[in-house]
Amino acid sequence: MSVQQMKWSTMESYLFPFDSLICMLLGISFTVWFTLLLVFIIVPAILGVSFGIRRLYMKSLIKLFEWATLRMERGAKEKNQHLYKPYSNGIIAKEPMSLEQEIQEMRREGAEPEFDMSDIFYFCRRGVESIVDDEVTKRFTAEELESWNLLTRSNYNFHHISTRLTALWGAGVLIRYGFLLPLRVTLAFTGVGLLVVLSSIIGLFPSGRIKNYVSDKVHLIENKPRNGGICVANHTSPIDVIILASDGCYAMVGQVHGGLMGVIQRAMVKACPHIWFERSEVKDRHLVAKRLSDHVADESKLPILIFPEGTCINNTSVMMFKKGSFEIGCTVYPVAIKYDPRFGDAFWNSSKFGMVNYLLHMMSSWAIVCSVWYLPPMSRREDEDAVQFANRVKAAIARKGGLADLLWDGGLKRDKVKEVFKEEQQKLYSKVLVGSSEDRSRS
Amino acid sequence: MFESCGCKTMGSTNSTLLKIPNAEELMQETGFSASHIVRLYDRFTSLDKEGRGYLCPQDFGAIKELAINPIRDRIIGAFFSPGKETADFQTFVRILAHFRPVDKDRTKEPEPINSRSNKLRYKDGNISREELLKVLRDMLGMQVTEEQLESIADRTIQEADLDRDGAISFEEFRKVSLEKVNIDHKMSIRFLR
Repeated sequence: MSVQQMKWSTMESYLFPFDSLICMLLGISFTVWFTLLLVFIIVPAILGVSFGIRRLYMKSLIKLFEWATLRMERGAKEKNQHLYKPYSNGIIAKEPMSLEQEIQEMRREGAEPEFDMSDIFYFCRRGVESIVDDEVTKRFTAEELESWNLLTRSNYNFHHISTRLTALWGAGVLIRYGFLLPLRVTLAFTGVGLLVVLSSIIGLFPSGRIKNYVSDKVHLIENKPRNGGICVANHTSPIDVIILASDGCYAMVGQVHGGLMGVIQRAMVKACPHIWFERSEVKDRHLVAKRLSDHVADESKLPILIFPEGTCINNTSVMMFKKGSFEIGCTVYPVAIKYDPRFGDAFWNSSKFGMVNYLLHMMSSWAIVCSVWYLPPMSRREDEDAVQFANRVKAAIARKGGLADLLWDGGLKRDKVKEVFKEEQQKLYSKVLVGSSEDRSRS
Repeated sequence: MFESCGCKTMGSTNSTLLKIPNAEELMQETGFSASHIVRLYDRFTSLDKEGRGYLCPQDFGAIKELAINPIRDRIIGAFFSPGKETADFQTFVRILAHFRPVDKDRTKEPEPINSRSNKLRYKDGNISREELLKVLRDMLGMQVTEEQLESIADRTIQEADLDRDGAISFEEFRKVSLEKVNIDHKMSIRFLR
C-alpha cells in the first residue's frame, strides 16, 4: 500500500511541474497573442495608421490564385478535358429587343400588324429562355469566379487538382482555420466588448469602431456624407455597415433586436443618436418617414445610413430601390460598394445560411476586400417623383460600381412576383395589336 | 464542414456527368454538348430547391421572369405530360432541346413548331376556337374587349383553317406559320458554347 502511495505521489510530483509549465506556456502565449493583436490591429485601427501588411498580403494572394488556376488548366489539358469554366454571362444569349420590336420583325415587310399565330412564338421563346436562365434568381446566389481562390466553396474542378495544389490548399486550410479564424474571432469579441464598454464610458465621442480584416480603398472622399443628409448604398452583407461606419459616423436605421444585437444597439445609442424602430412601428410608413425627416432636419445629427434595396444582393447588380427614403426631400449621398470576389465572398444568402454560419465563412476567408465610392450628392429635381429619383440614384451607383442596373425588386428573393407586372406585358402586346387596328380603321 | 455547405452544386464536368443519369443518351438524343448538359443540370438543381430530383409546377412558377409572361401556365404545362405532376431531368432537357437551333440534319425541323403547337393543343390534337380564345385572353388580358378578342380569333381561323372544319390542325398551323416567319430563327434559343 505504501509503495503504491509512493508511486502515486512520485507521479504526481512529475505531473505538477509539468502541469504548471503548461499553464505558464498558455498564459504567456495568450498574453503575447493579445498584445500583438492590440498593437498591430486595434490601436492602429483606432488611430487610422496602416502598416502596409495588407497590401503585401493581397498581392501575394493574387499571384497564388493565378498560379493555382494555371496548374489546374495544365492538369486538365493533360487529361484532354476542359476545365468547367463558369459562364459569367449565362448559358444562353438573349435578344435584348423589346416586345414591340420583336413582333414587328416577325411580320413580313409591309404586312398589317394584326394578330398572328406566330406572335405566340415570341412569348413562348421568352418563357423558355427564362426557364433556362433568368436575371433574378442568379442575383441571390454567390457570384462565380474565373480563377480559383483556394477555397473549396468556390471550386468547380476537384478533378483536376494535382498533389502540389492539394498541398497548397491544405496549407491554406491550416492558415485560415488555425491562424486567421482564431485571430478574427478574438478580434471580434474584443472589438464588440470594447464597443460596449467604451461607448458606455465615453458619452459624446464616437466609440472605438469594430475594424477587422477589411482593407478598403476609398475613393472620392470629398463627397463624404454630411449632417442633415441621407446616405444610400447598395447592400451585399452586414459588413457594408461596418465598412461605412469605420470611415465616417452615421446614424443607423433599423429594427430593435434582442440579444447581442440589442446590446450593441443600445450601446451605440449612447454614443450617437440612432433611429431604432420597434417592429410594430416599421409597418407604419408615415411614422417612419416622420422620424427620418425629423432626424434629418436637425443639423447637428449625423447623416442617416439606409440600404434602399431592403435585402442582401450578391454584388453583381443593384436591384430596385424602395422609394421611402427618397420621399423625404433632403440631399442624398449615394455610395457604391463593390467587393472583390477573389479573396472571399461577402454575400450573405440569408435563406441558405444563418448568421453564425455566415460569420464563420467570413472569418475563414482569406480577406474581404472592397471598394467604396462616395458619389456627389443628389437631390430630387422639380420634375421627377420619388420613384424616378430613386432610379436615377440607383443608376449612378450601378454605373460607378460596375454593377448591373436591374428594375427587379430585391424582395423577390422571398416573395412572389405581383400580377401587375404580367399585366404590363399584356398591355404592351395589346398596344401593338389594337393600336395598329385603330390606325387601319381611321385610314 | 463549412467548406462543403457552399459547394453542393459544384463539381467538375466529368464527375457531374457521372451523377446525371443517362447523360450519354441525352447527349445523343438531343445534341446538347457535355457542358450544356452540366449547365442545365446545375439549373435544374437550382430550380429544384428542395432537392427532390424532380420539378413540380410551383418550382417553375418561382422563376420571376417566367411569372410575368402572359402564357406562362401553358409553357409550364408543356413540361409535364398529361396527368403527371412531376418533371425529371430527362424531360426537362428533352423539352428544352426542342428549342435548339436546327442542325444540318433536316429531320429536326418540325421540332420547334411541334412544341409550339403542343402549347395550344386541345385534347384531340387540333386548335379549336375556344382554345384560341383562351390563348388570346392570356396574351391580352383585360386590355381588349370580348368582341375584339372574338373578331381576332375568327379572322385567324378564317385565314388558317383550310379544310373548313372549324379548327386548326397541326398541318394547317405549320403552313400558316412557316409562310410568315422563319421558325428556326424565332423559336430557337442560342445556347452558348
